[in-house]
Amino acid sequence: MRVTAIGGAAAAALLATTAACGGRGGDDGSTTATGACKGQQTTGITDKTIKLGGIYPLSGPASAYGDIPKGIKAYFDYVNGEKGGVAGRKVEFTVRDDGYQPPKAVEEARRLVEQERVFALFQTLGTPSTTATWDYANQRKVPQIFVATGASKWGSDTRHPWTIGWQPNYVSEGRVYAQYLKTERPAARVAVLYQNDDFGKDLLNGFRKAVEGTRVSIVKEQSYEVSDPSVEPQMRNLATSRADVFLNITTPKFGSQALAADAKLTGWNPLHIVNNVAASITTLRPVGFRNVQGVVSANYYKDPNDPQWDDDAEMKLYKAKMKQYAPGADPAVPYHAFGWAAATSFHKTMEAARCPTREGLRDAMRGLNNVQVPMLLPGVTLQTGPDDGFPIESMQMMRFKGERWELFGEVIDTRKAFGPVTG
Amino acid sequence: MAERRGTGRRGPVPAVRARWRGLLLTAALLAVCAAPFQLVPFRVFQLTMVLVYTVALIGLNLLVGHGGQISLGHGAFFAVGAYGTAIMMFHGGWPYPVTLPAAAAVAFAIGLALGVPATRLHGLYLALVTLAIAIFLVPLLKRFESVTGGSMGLTLAKPRPPAWSGLAEDQWLYFLTLAAALLALAVNHSLLRSRVGRALHAVRDNETAAEVMGVRLAFHKRMAFAWSAMFAGAAGCLYTWVIGFVSPDSFTVNLSITLLAGLVIGGLGATWGPLLGGLFVMFVPSLSQDVNKAAPGVIFGLLIIVVMYVAPTGLAGLVRRAAHSFGRTLRKG
Repeated sequence: MRVTAIGGAAAAALLATTAACGGRGGDDGSTTATGACKGQQTTGITDKTIKLGGIYPLSGPASAYGDIPKGIKAYFDYVNGEKGGVAGRKVEFTVRDDGYQPPKAVEEARRLVEQERVFALFQTLGTPSTTATWDYANQRKVPQIFVATGASKWGSDTRHPWTIGWQPNYVSEGRVYAQYLKTERPAARVAVLYQNDDFGKDLLNGFRKAVEGTRVSIVKEQSYEVSDPSVEPQMRNLATSRADVFLNITTPKFGSQALAADAKLTGWNPLHIVNNVAASITTLRPVGFRNVQGVVSANYYKDPNDPQWDDDAEMKLYKAKMKQYAPGADPAVPYHAFGWAAATSFHKTMEAARCPTREGLRDAMRGLNNVQVPMLLPGVTLQTGPDDGFPIESMQMMRFKGERWELFGEVIDTRKAFGPVTG
Repeated sequence: MAERRGTGRRGPVPAVRARWRGLLLTAALLAVCAAPFQLVPFRVFQLTMVLVYTVALIGLNLLVGHGGQISLGHGAFFAVGAYGTAIMMFHGGWPYPVTLPAAAAVAFAIGLALGVPATRLHGLYLALVTLAIAIFLVPLLKRFESVTGGSMGLTLAKPRPPAWSGLAEDQWLYFLTLAAALLALAVNHSLLRSRVGRALHAVRDNETAAEVMGVRLAFHKRMAFAWSAMFAGAAGCLYTWVIGFVSPDSFTVNLSITLLAGLVIGGLGATWGPLLGGLFVMFVPSLSQDVNKAAPGVIFGLLIIVVMYVAPTGLAGLVRRAAHSFGRTLRKG
């Protein structure tokens, strides 16, 4: 006990002296630019290299998303090897695993920023992990660019200028379906199944607001929890509404269940709209393709399974380079194409930056003007502005026919139809 | 312990031996206090999280290591503390220092209430009941959206360092957590030295004998549950201070299992078990990520198996053996 007391006293003395000296000594290794971009942060970027860090669930329940960084890596390896890098700089992309756990994401974000000294966080995946890290990124003034989640707060929030989303937010997706129904089924009576969380509610509320004042009406809503074993009871309830449109706002597992249940309920045959998250071929296959004919959804990037892109230059390049730089990965997995498209978007944004600094990237990602990304559908472009933090807000409808999705109609630009998304 | 002290007394160097332990402890304390001034904020954050886990493991150690009961639901008490703190700060606007005792008290009460099965069930059956607590908590937290923020969770401001301290935010959080961890150690220590500790050990070693000796089994088992929940709740409170964000998906069954695994690896019933377990839980997953990007979970699992083979009594047992042979070398030299 005496020893402890001595130790305590010594520690207190030490504490007092260090505290008096004013906290942490030494240089934290950050650098700033000179010349025209004087004073701006250049940590993680040199004339030859640029360091990026991404945080994804490589393990745990959401590890399916762990395929996204493979597409990104393949793209950067290709650009580094054959195109001289991004704006003349070789990209070093570090991927860390957070297992979809917010505290782990905070730890990894700190590791990337303080230890790896990355220039920017290029993608954090999932709404919880991004919410846990965006305060930190904005305090440190580190760009957190193109986060892989569709929550609308990344764009509508004004206190986090260093964070920006990429994919169409769920509100916009809800608007796309509303716009489609308004023209195709102006008197639609809609039954909705949605996941009871921010994702489901964002999409449903976007849809609800967009159909306000039209003859399209929501006649019945049912929600489910991620922990529910099945959505069949909800589906039987919805069937009693005799609605002529069914809006299926689910994640893949429940999406399959709802599609299967709809096929089984022969007395109820609504137009089935399934949201983009659950629209991949892998969700539809277990239901049986003959059971999902005529189902509609919306998309914004090119599906590598879709034969109409077989002769597309970008798709050919993607498949060839995936084979070359990510030999173990199957190019047909849409998540790889998603990563590829996001990496291309970063490439274009970085090239557009006036200063090769963190501030330069921040300004560039908030000033995207009609930027074409070849992996996105024709007509879908990146567009942001000082008061518009949503890069992609256009989608095109598609219908399932035979063994694949077929795009139809024009690209629906929700910005034009509904104005900006607000919090 | 007594036995080893006995052998030490015979040699000419007991004073040296006692001193090197004390010296080690002093050095450790100095290092612990100096660390936040020498390390980058990211490392300080990691150490802070180690301390948070340590507090939770102290509680679990009390129940599992000393009480001989098993809990697969400690993540739930951790979550109660974390959410309790978040709700008090978010809705009540309470200043953060008040939330620590409040969260601990709430967790204690809930632990006392949920401790009822502990008085009737043994081993696997108790494990199942506690597992159920951990499983049902996540959907429960998603339900009362106006209070818990639903699946979006709650975002809070982190405690700001007072101006006089001259500390950065991460350093301040570190010292807050360190103080709480030392307090938890002290409480734990005095609990174990009191009748409660002796009764717990008696219950763990032989229930029938303990009852014959006049130990009230039901009472002590339930209290062990409550005390242990209190530590977990306090750890949850510290977690909320440090992370500044709570969401239901942070407190899945995985957390409970990780905590138990951490304790077993650290050393059941050992004084330093919780700290070693905290270090393991914090650092090994990221280490295994460096070994293999594709399957960090597999590497983590393999490492657990390896540790259990090499050190069946946990890392604390390994350290004890090392210290023992070190002491012997000292005596010989």
